[in-house]
Amino acid sequence: MSADFQLAEGSLDALFAAMTAAGRRIVGPRASDGRVEIGEVRSAGELARDGRHSVASAKVAAFPRVEKILSYRAEGRELAVEDPALPARPTVLFGLTPCEARGFGALSAILNWGTPDRFFNARLEQTTVVAIACTRSDEACFCTAVGGGPDHPGGSDLLLHPLTGGGYEVEVLTEKGRALVALAADRFQPPEGTARTAPAQVEAGFQMAEVTAKLPRRFDEPIWTEQSLRCLGCGACAYVCPTCACFDIQDEADARGGVRLRCWDSCAFRIFTLHASGHNPREKQGERWRQRLYHKFSYMPERLGVLGCVGCGKCSRACPVDMDLKEHLTEIAKGS
Amino acid sequence: MDELRDKARELLQAGTVKVVIGHAAPSAGRRRPVFVRTPADAARLVHDEGCWHNLATYLTRPQVRRLGKPAIVASPQVLRAMLQLGAERQLAEDEAVALAVGNASSIRVLPTLSAVEEHLATVPDELGAAERAELERLSALPPAERRAFWEEQLGRCLKCYACRASCPMCYCERCTMDCNRPQWVPVASHALGNLEYHLVRAMHLAGRCVQCGTCGKACPVGIPVHLLTLFAEGTVRRHFGQRGGASARPEYALSTFRPDDKETFIR
Repeated sequence: MSADFQLAEGSLDALFAAMTAAGRRIVGPRASDGRVEIGEVRSAGELARDGRHSVASAKVAAFPRVEKILSYRAEGRELAVEDPALPARPTVLFGLTPCEARGFGALSAILNWGTPDRFFNARLEQTTVVAIACTRSDEACFCTAVGGGPDHPGGSDLLLHPLTGGGYEVEVLTEKGRALVALAADRFQPPEGTARTAPAQVEAGFQMAEVTAKLPRRFDEPIWTEQSLRCLGCGACAYVCPTCACFDIQDEADARGGVRLRCWDSCAFRIFTLHASGHNPREKQGERWRQRLYHKFSYMPERLGVLGCVGCGKCSRACPVDMDLKEHLTEIAKGS
Repeated sequence: MDELRDKARELLQAGTVKVVIGHAAPSAGRRRPVFVRTPADAARLVHDEGCWHNLATYLTRPQVRRLGKPAIVASPQVLRAMLQLGAERQLAEDEAVALAVGNASSIRVLPTLSAVEEHLATVPDELGAAERAELERLSALPPAERRAFWEEQLGRCLKCYACRASCPMCYCERCTMDCNRPQWVPVASHALGNLEYHLVRAMHLAGRCVQCGTCGKACPVGIPVHLLTLFAEGTVRRHFGQRGGASARPEYALSTFRPDDKETFIR
């Protein structure tokens, strides 16, 4: 919580210039056509800092929608297989919400479960996360129910606290954060004790412990069908989720060779679990919705010791039919 | 609103339908599809400008079909989707009751597709001004600029398929887009995969699109994908004088074969 430095509003552009000069790609929330997107930002002015959440997640920096994992070509009767070079572009994720920053912990836990995911790890190692504490929240937010908070330091290398008079107090949380500060050391001044803007009030809505305690015995209840009647079975929730890690493998090939791609996938899709035999263990949408919640709030804490949710509310905001995760979890916590 | 709730309540009380598919307002700015199954619950129904979902998409969903015979709160776009579903043998003549809402304040109860067709004939059928203007603007662009526009737009597509899932005419259980043995189009969400998906979607909706614009509103990243289907729909209308959702008669310009077709290549 205590600040290490103070960064004046007017110093942000110098910091951006220093990061760019050091070869860092800067990615963050930026306003576009009335929405907030995650994309490359060249100056501080391009950053969206009005407290709105980006629609999509910054997870794309370490876990892109499509990633080549190998290529192959026919050489006579032999097949030459080639590993792609590991991604190595140093990236700064600047201006993320603290919930997004925490998402990388859950993503890392699942992608490194069993076999380390060298593609994801290579990208994450090259990524520095600078979060800005939230001073605004909306009705989809519930970070405080899942162990986070509007100024939670988890997952961040630097955490910026907005000051009432402009500028930020800076918490340096990791070595990566220290290295970033060193790029523009003269801009990071000793803290003057200026008042911070009050962090957003985020109503938890429910007790997470109640949800995790109740899930194991609610598997066969009608609540899953009931909650998901309006669910369209698209992948919007999974694709904007900072912690959803499921992927599919697709080959694109012709007679001479091809590439193997890893592509995002979603448990809401009917074909996600469709067997080659035609049997589908999750034939109904309610069963798929149940899986989504069990995975995040039962299986992940049980097996990996981490919740598969950071309470960012992106899924609820992105859902075309207003499937509201906070409301649904509250309902589950209240049930018997 | 009261009339809508009263009509829904009556249908449920009489046992004419088991469920009323409509919209609810969980908070001031939000609207969501809702499935009302008791007369008391009819009080949750709302209908206003914010209710943009084409609810007809639920008429073919197994999870909703299991609830029993539905009534559906129906804007003209929902009614058109019902007729098109009828034409494609996805909805039988008296399988759903439409509660037609429109600019006129009174709610009309339409128990059959024939009644829907008769009612729709009295409803003006025009594309929204904003959509028309945007289509005209894009059509007037030089091809290279138009291509650049769509490349930028479709480059943001996540392939979450919210457009497909929200469309009342995309009811196939297994979509060509998902096939990987063989892969008809690239499944991956890269530039080519996104472009091919959206072009195939537009082609499949040419002459079938009911012009509700739901796909564009459903897109979480704000890509105006509805412009593609509207354009394809307009093209079929111009060349064949036929449009999606105009009638429950099973005849469709792009899949109807006639031995006396004036084109020789088809014979």
